[in-house]
Amino acid sequence: MLETQLSTLLDDAPSGVVETLDLVSGFDEGLVSGFARLGEERAAALTALAGAMAATPLADRVAAAAEKIAGGSVTEEHLSVLAGARIALLGAVHDALLARLDTALRRTRATWPQPPTPNRTTSAGNLFSGCRSWLTELAIAGWRGVDHDLISSSDQVLQALLADPALRRLAVLTDGLATELHAGSPIGTMERLPVRRWADLWTRALLLSQAGAGTDDAQAAERVSGRLLILGVDVHEHSTAVQIQVHGVLESAGDSPSRLVRTSVAAAKVDTIVGPALWRLLANYPVLLGALAERRSLEITDLPLLDSGDLVWQDDRAKAGDPADPFVTARVQLADAVAPAVPPLNRHPVGIAEPVLVEGYTATSSDEHSTVTFAFGNVTIPVAVDRLPSCGPLTPQLVAASSACVGLLRWDGGSWSLQPLVVQATVKRKPVVSYTGDWAMGPTDPKVAKAEAKAGDAVAVLRERAGRLLRK
Amino acid sequence: MADGRLQGVVSSGSDIERVYVSSFAAGTHNFNCSTNNNRPCGGAHGYTCKHLDLLLDEAIVQYGADRVARYLRVEVDGEVTSARDLLRHMNGTNERMPAAIVFSRFLRHLSYLELPVVTEPVPELHWFPAMGAAR
Repeated sequence: MLETQLSTLLDDAPSGVVETLDLVSGFDEGLVSGFARLGEERAAALTALAGAMAATPLADRVAAAAEKIAGGSVTEEHLSVLAGARIALLGAVHDALLARLDTALRRTRATWPQPPTPNRTTSAGNLFSGCRSWLTELAIAGWRGVDHDLISSSDQVLQALLADPALRRLAVLTDGLATELHAGSPIGTMERLPVRRWADLWTRALLLSQAGAGTDDAQAAERVSGRLLILGVDVHEHSTAVQIQVHGVLESAGDSPSRLVRTSVAAAKVDTIVGPALWRLLANYPVLLGALAERRSLEITDLPLLDSGDLVWQDDRAKAGDPADPFVTARVQLADAVAPAVPPLNRHPVGIAEPVLVEGYTATSSDEHSTVTFAFGNVTIPVAVDRLPSCGPLTPQLVAASSACVGLLRWDGGSWSLQPLVVQATVKRKPVVSYTGDWAMGPTDPKVAKAEAKAGDAVAVLRERAGRLLRK
Repeated sequence: MADGRLQGVVSSGSDIERVYVSSFAAGTHNFNCSTNNNRPCGGAHGYTCKHLDLLLDEAIVQYGADRVARYLRVEVDGEVTSARDLLRHMNGTNERMPAAIVFSRFLRHLSYLELPVVTEPVPELHWFPAMGAAR
């Protein structure tokens, strides 16, 4: 990415973004004190939200729902309509930001197929309605009025959601929200609430628990074969879930242009499994993990590729290829690879994670590397060092000593940042390349490996205990 | 660390089928150790048994001694690195506590490890970035 591209990206926010987010904040404040006790100001915020929807097909329903809720009739149906309006606003913000990014990077993006691939139908009606009623209870009470009992009342539904792999999206989301609420309790006395964040999680959960939402149909998806060149790996984690998301470029057989793709593997876990041990949860995917650790490309055959650009990974349909340097892949392929469309429900600024190559910058850091920025001439971009995972060797120090980086452009809290996936740095006058997937087959740093060996294999121990105790 | 207790399930040293539920209460530092069927541990009479010691040791490995001391409200002077250091500043006595709640919580916890891995994307996890190397 060049200085000019970056300055196009970082120029003032696209018009309307600030105003739109204000409308969203108005709704979010309603969730803080609860919709059961809606003051005049909060009611006005709902009317404003409805006003913003006036020119859309949702107009009448949102206006009616806002009026009913302001009048004291806080039902699941009305809340779902408002959640739909909120997500539509954030979808518009997402689209404006992504369009800006595509313009700046001159990135070609596929269009979302119309009509979309039909969703797999699930028989989860009861679970969905259980989840919706819990979310309704939360909205009525408001974050300030939520107590342990109300949070725990989701336990049963949550267990059932987790048991069905097809419902994992809703399950890990609800679990993550419930855990944060527990950790914050008593929320009534919490100093600062993550207002936007909790409203985001609540909204997405409410929409995912509508029939037909959020299930991809891998059966109906396009099948692809070819060479997958890995750019880097992003790690997501909360206390009971971890997901690795590999970003790469897919060269298909034939003349079709290369495509930017992702592939993900997500495991459930317990909060005591952290750091390099996380990889052990994914040990059933040795081909993928091996390619990450050895920095190789992958030859894949007939893997489903969802319209969202996600390869549905199957380890037995892949084999390790030649060594491939992520920097070479980025230099040669990133400019021309076609980026995937974003599915309607996923259109939210938090989901923006676009791979880019940056080099020729000056890295500066302060507060013992807790903030790092990259400067390109007169333009600077903050580096999201807080997103560096503990399961890899990449540290803020290394990032601060780097001269080239493949990373993900993200947008959070009103500004862009760069999340490093791979860096080229100079350590003790020697060049090193370090990336988040280096420890996929175990830590390569002898000190860390020793600490790992000393701590023992928590995954194996807990699994053995699970096997023995759960089947009594 | 939950419900005002540091609590855990410790495997028996002699019988692989048996586990002990061990806990320390925050503030009072009263402790309890019994099997998951509420049979009291043979070793915990007035002073802590090896299961309780193991629990503290493991908690220190997991959360760090400072956090454990803070949670249990143990007032320490100087450096704390082991269960022994903490126990020197704690004078709880044996107190019956229900093992069933702790044990079922533990089983629920373990059941996460039996869930199948999924390879369909979970875009919602973008809200949950990895728990930092910088921590």
